[in-house]
Amino acid sequence: MTFFSTPPISTRPLSDAKRPGPLRAVRQFPALSKLLLLVLAAAVLVPLINAQWPGALWPSALTVDVSGPLGKTSDWIIDNRDSHWLFVYFLGHLSNAVVISVRAVYMLLLALGWTGVTAGITLIAWRVAGVRIAATALISFLVSGLLGMWVPTMQTLALMVVAVVFSVLVGAVLGLAGGLSERLFRILRPVLDTMQVLPAFAYLLPVVLVFGIGVPAALLATVIYAAPPMARLTALGLRGADPGVLEAVSSLGATGRQRLLTARLPLARKELLLGVNQSIMMALGMVVIASMIGAAGLGDRVYQALASVDVGAALAAAIPIVLLAIVMDRTTAAAGARLGADTAAIGPKWLRGWLAWTGIAVVTAGLALAGRLSGSLVWPGAWAVDLARPVNDFKEWMVDHLYSGVPVIGGTADWAEHFTNWVLNPLRDGLTALPWYGMLLIVAALAWLIGTWRTALTAVLAMAAIGVLGVWKPSMNTLSQVIAALVVTLVLGFGIGILAAGSKRLEAILRPVLDVMQTMPQFVYLIPVVALFAVGRAPAAAAAVVYALPAVIRITTQGLRQVDSSAMESARSLGATRWQILRQVQLPLARPALLLAVNQGVVLVLAVVIIGGLVGGGALGYDVVTGLATGDLALGLVAGVAIVCLGLMLDRVTQPTERRTTGKGV
Amino acid sequence: MSRKRTTIIGTAALAGTAVLALSLSSCGKADMTKQASPFAAAKGSKSVTLSVQTWVGAQSNVGVAKYLLEHEMGYHVDTVQVDEIPAWDALSQGRVDAILEDWGHPEQEQRYVKDKKTITAGGGNGVTGHIGWFVPKYWADKHPEVKSWKNLNKFAKQLRTSESGNKGQLMDGSPSYVTNDKALVKNLGLDYEVVFAGSEAAQITQIQQFAKQKKPFLTYWYEPQWLFNQVPMVEVKLPKYTDACAEKGAKDPKSIDCAYPTTPLQKYFNTEFAKKGGSAAAFLKNFKWTKDDQNEVSESIASEGLSADEAAKRWVEKHPEVWKKWLPKK
Repeated sequence: MTFFSTPPISTRPLSDAKRPGPLRAVRQFPALSKLLLLVLAAAVLVPLINAQWPGALWPSALTVDVSGPLGKTSDWIIDNRDSHWLFVYFLGHLSNAVVISVRAVYMLLLALGWTGVTAGITLIAWRVAGVRIAATALISFLVSGLLGMWVPTMQTLALMVVAVVFSVLVGAVLGLAGGLSERLFRILRPVLDTMQVLPAFAYLLPVVLVFGIGVPAALLATVIYAAPPMARLTALGLRGADPGVLEAVSSLGATGRQRLLTARLPLARKELLLGVNQSIMMALGMVVIASMIGAAGLGDRVYQALASVDVGAALAAAIPIVLLAIVMDRTTAAAGARLGADTAAIGPKWLRGWLAWTGIAVVTAGLALAGRLSGSLVWPGAWAVDLARPVNDFKEWMVDHLYSGVPVIGGTADWAEHFTNWVLNPLRDGLTALPWYGMLLIVAALAWLIGTWRTALTAVLAMAAIGVLGVWKPSMNTLSQVIAALVVTLVLGFGIGILAAGSKRLEAILRPVLDVMQTMPQFVYLIPVVALFAVGRAPAAAAAVVYALPAVIRITTQGLRQVDSSAMESARSLGATRWQILRQVQLPLARPALLLAVNQGVVLVLAVVIIGGLVGGGALGYDVVTGLATGDLALGLVAGVAIVCLGLMLDRVTQPTERRTTGKGV
Repeated sequence: MSRKRTTIIGTAALAGTAVLALSLSSCGKADMTKQASPFAAAKGSKSVTLSVQTWVGAQSNVGVAKYLLEHEMGYHVDTVQVDEIPAWDALSQGRVDAILEDWGHPEQEQRYVKDKKTITAGGGNGVTGHIGWFVPKYWADKHPEVKSWKNLNKFAKQLRTSESGNKGQLMDGSPSYVTNDKALVKNLGLDYEVVFAGSEAAQITQIQQFAKQKKPFLTYWYEPQWLFNQVPMVEVKLPKYTDACAEKGAKDPKSIDCAYPTTPLQKYFNTEFAKKGGSAAAFLKNFKWTKDDQNEVSESIASEGLSADEAAKRWVEKHPEVWKKWLPKK
């Protein structure tokens, strides 16, 4: 399994949540009694509440306005930024350090020239991950050059190297703490959850207020986003270490530190490497968003191309981002896969050990020198391909032919209209018309049925927090969009996943498509979705489906594949049809995987709510974007927190509790 | 096991670099206003950073200024794309040296120009901006009465979309743009719903799409804008703009019931840059052109797909009489 940029909010092991079937029947009764209790509570409370605060929307008497204090904080930062010790002696140095590090890496990359960089990275990929990935790396860098994106690619690469190093350091420290202490681990988990689910847009503004626009702010925002997977996986690795081995080491008289360094860390190295891999992918996911606060590089090219509504130019800058992601993912994943294997088995002898690394250095230096002598350090300008024009022509063609008036099935604009009128509008109106306490009761019932009273309490509190923050109405609007997009994603994802599980060939064809869908910056398909689906909530839903679909397909396919083949064999021998096997054997046995797919769907759809704000989705996404654009700290941050609360609530009402408790807490 | 060791050594080396960088910078005070971009000034020390906003007009100003600074005056120019209000913040911190097109931010002006004095006004850039409500010409030609707000309610039915429900759709754009449209719709008693496209890119795409199908639409839009050359639009008359109405609106934005003002677009400089920026600052102070000049450059960027640099070059070669005046006298 490649862990291709799926935010690992819950990469919990799939297999250890099997639930005994007969228990289900017994569970019917507690469920009934829970419902009865809730109905009773409702019967008592609802008339009281209704008398006190009539109306469907959250009562304004129960809200807290945070815009005052947040506005003051923002003013304080602006007024004290140049004089207060916190900035002058601490944050200022941090900011300087970032600039110096990024500059050092960038200068190194420029000094190596395109020949040196391409050769160096190709050779390293060869050494670490084999010939095929080396070829991918070689082609990727040549393509970046051909597209005329060499300099921005190097800027992005420099930023990524430093961001990943910082993320890994921060993540490892947090993970060490969480791995060694149960208490710290429990404190850390919600923090990490928030870091990942809080939309990056919501903390761009605070970061900008403190650091100003530019590389330090962009890098910091990236680290906040990319460090959590490293922390989670480090903690997981340390906690999962074989107790037998640890026992043996202690019996040899090792001190705590020795035990950590000689046993626990080495045993956890697979998880550590996976953590690095995940951090890289998350960091790359931030490239375009970080460019909104002045990160330069490829993201900036995508963002600027959008300003002139030029999909072709945006794509030309996005392709190197995708390629960088693929090369880095495959290289680190392959390195991880080989960690356990016998090193001697890899490649010919001259490719191993110190000799190989020296060889790589020598060849790279040689090629860098050759490039320098030939006088083209950056990239020979004549070797460039103009991608923008054909892509724009293709987009025009597509829009002209699909937008409307296609016989029988209608055009994309018609679908969008129907989807808005028949799905989104009723759903939104229903959720807004539903009294707020009704919403709380439904959430409580769902969460309680599926889990414990704690689950229900968390879900209800999350919803209540939305009300207290005074964003009930936009949140209901956003919730309706998220539910609609989620249902479409799950229907398509499960369908395609089932097909792919049945056919190796289809899976092989899908793989690169899914890779691209997952790593392509969402900003690139912003214009095409508007061109196809018209401004509004429908293109927002379309963007969310595009983004969330790959993870759902992947997890479904994998889950179905992992189903015990003997169970299927016995069903087949009993004369079950393929459909029967699927429905009665495969799907029930793959239930944990399907639930994980739902969870990932929720997380990923929520991640696109902001992008939805940029294409007319309105509601919370629009508020977050507005907060950033108008420097309104309260507006953006409150909307961001409301998105987190929605995520928390959806997670609690869709994920049975066993998974949460048996999962090792990744 | 040499593989594992090298990974660790590699990581340690990278970590070491980070620590070294930290310690290099950590002697005494760190002035957060004194950092350039790590990618800047690789070519030399004469460097200027300009902020670019998301609309194409802003790209044109910056493109031409950048081209001339680089080719006529030997500067290295960096550009940063950033939203308006964060750009003011960046300007005050010295992260960027100049904003070449500001549409009026009284609150920021009060804070940074008048109170903190970290930003200096740089005069107008010669272009006058205007915000208003626009309808496509092909539609207005058929129904001339749509050109006044008084008749808009009659057309609301034609402008319904699935987003606006049973009201007409008035399309607004990016959240960063100055807009009173919600208040206007309410105070003028219009049967319309303001639908936010969320970004200028989305709004332009939607307008192009409507125009292709010759559909009617009503949109918040502004001049100068290159899109007018592609999709001719005419303005809908709103109640006349008066100072009294503006004053009332400044107190309570929800009470506004008149048209948007015309705004002579302004330049702003970081105060220190304005004082010590030498010939670059002098050049940017002199920078002043017309709406037509700007649209000429914008059009080549946005619809012919030239880069800002190429578009600027084309304009510079055609109009030496305009820009020769900007160069500071030696």
